[in-house]
Amino acid sequence: MRAANCEVVVLRNEKQAENILLLTALWDASTPAPKAGQFYMLRAWGADEAPLLSRPISLHSFDPELREISFLYEVKGTGTEKLAALGTGDHLQLTGPAGNGFPIEGKKVALAGGGIGTAPLLQLAKELKNAGAEVHFFAGFRDEPYRLAAFAAVCDNVQIATDTGRVGHHGFVTDLLDPEQFDVVYTCGPEIMMEKVARMCLAKGVRVYVSKEAKMACGLGACLGCTCKSKNGGVSVCKDGPVFEGSVFYG
Amino acid sequence: MADLRVNLCGKTLQSPVIAASGTFGFGVEYENIVDLKKLGAVSGKGLTLEGKYGNEGERLWETPSGLINSIGLQNPGVQHFIDNELPQMLQLGCASMANLGGSTIETYEEGARLLDKTDIDFIELNISCPNVKAGGIAYGVKAESAREVVSRVRKCTSKPMIVKLSPNAENIVEMALACEEAGADGLSLVNTFQAMAIDLEKRRPVFHNVFAGLSGPAIRPIALRMVYQVCGAVKVPVVGLGGIATARDALEFIMAGATAVQVGTANFMDPKACEKIADGIAGWMDAHGVKTLDEIRGAARV
Repeated sequence: MRAANCEVVVLRNEKQAENILLLTALWDASTPAPKAGQFYMLRAWGADEAPLLSRPISLHSFDPELREISFLYEVKGTGTEKLAALGTGDHLQLTGPAGNGFPIEGKKVALAGGGIGTAPLLQLAKELKNAGAEVHFFAGFRDEPYRLAAFAAVCDNVQIATDTGRVGHHGFVTDLLDPEQFDVVYTCGPEIMMEKVARMCLAKGVRVYVSKEAKMACGLGACLGCTCKSKNGGVSVCKDGPVFEGSVFYG
Repeated sequence: MADLRVNLCGKTLQSPVIAASGTFGFGVEYENIVDLKKLGAVSGKGLTLEGKYGNEGERLWETPSGLINSIGLQNPGVQHFIDNELPQMLQLGCASMANLGGSTIETYEEGARLLDKTDIDFIELNISCPNVKAGGIAYGVKAESAREVVSRVRKCTSKPMIVKLSPNAENIVEMALACEEAGADGLSLVNTFQAMAIDLEKRRPVFHNVFAGLSGPAIRPIALRMVYQVCGAVKVPVVGLGGIATARDALEFIMAGATAVQVGTANFMDPKACEKIADGIAGWMDAHGVKTLDEIRGAARV
């Protein structure tokens, strides 16, 4: 299903941690339903206003019955500052759902997230649970974790690592993960973390999916601004991804 | 009701709004977003005879009202396009334009010969991509180099051939005249302006190739000036582009003398930009009692 463009109304835009917000909007049911791992181009400012480009943000959670769609994001620059300024009743432009999304596989799976990279993993956990999988969530944060209650409500097991030792294991999320315990591992986070997770999995012959991040202009596979090198040549993060088998990059 | 149809190189377009190369994929990417029947044409992603990965490193950089890109003509190659993307492009509901770049004159010629055998409506000859060392800009700066490549490609195709000019040309009017004399059926201008950005933390240029191409509203007044100059010098139709983001912008180019316009970077500012611009032009015409664009084309020329 190809991406659509619509204007939606913001229901809530709530702070979760320092510079981390959860934006929930009323989903436009005339647009294709999104699935875990897909993303939208978000724009809360005029076409003639800065920043020039819309911002790609992954789907955090989708509830077709409540018609709620939510995005967990980190305030990093002008675009996300404008998103953060949105309040209930404000309007937001969405273009999507874009990208391929996570394949739903495995009976016992691990989700390994780092920081804001945990964002797409909540919807993934929900879809995996619906498919009957046992879902273990491993997340690393710099200092202050967020959205743990939401993950705990869905996942069978939640384990946390922090760089500062504030919560959970004092160290890296990769210290907690033993890929051999799982059929499939899904990961999203900083590149260095995803590479470590992917290499750990591939070394043990465990299937691993990574969700890549890239700067994008169109989000639709039209501009080729987000191309990255893979074993199969250049791939568009927005169209061929953002989810790839780890072996495509780290095999 | 306003009649938006325009005649471009002997073909009737249903609207003067053309999606610019490199910003609209091959059109299908937008089919669920834009009513493509409101467009005159889609110019596909720039092609080269052999497929290319494009440039390394950073490819996109936002500037005030602008975007610097360094894609580097990433594309699947002409034959792959003909076999895989073209069939869908011919079903878009508007005319189709194949944007053809090259490294040597021979690769331009071979690409044009392959495209000539297809049902594509137009060939847009790209002699203006600033992002590959030998991918067009080499021919887009000096009028005599352009004359040679245009005249050689002219012999390879009977398709309507529009030559896309670079604002980095030494003299845009001499460049336009050289291309017209060499057999161009039309001209489109301007491609991106050579630009750069510097990463303060790394103390290095942002782009692997150092320079890259600036587009978007930031360049529009300069693009308009060049389109005005070229329209005053050539007889072939001119497609104006460079930062057009609204119907008002498009009408300025048409009043400067352009037959049609292309919309590029604005597609990233609003994915429905092309459709809104077409609707906006019709709305303006209705409000001003203008029935066809012929009535206002070149109206601002002094």
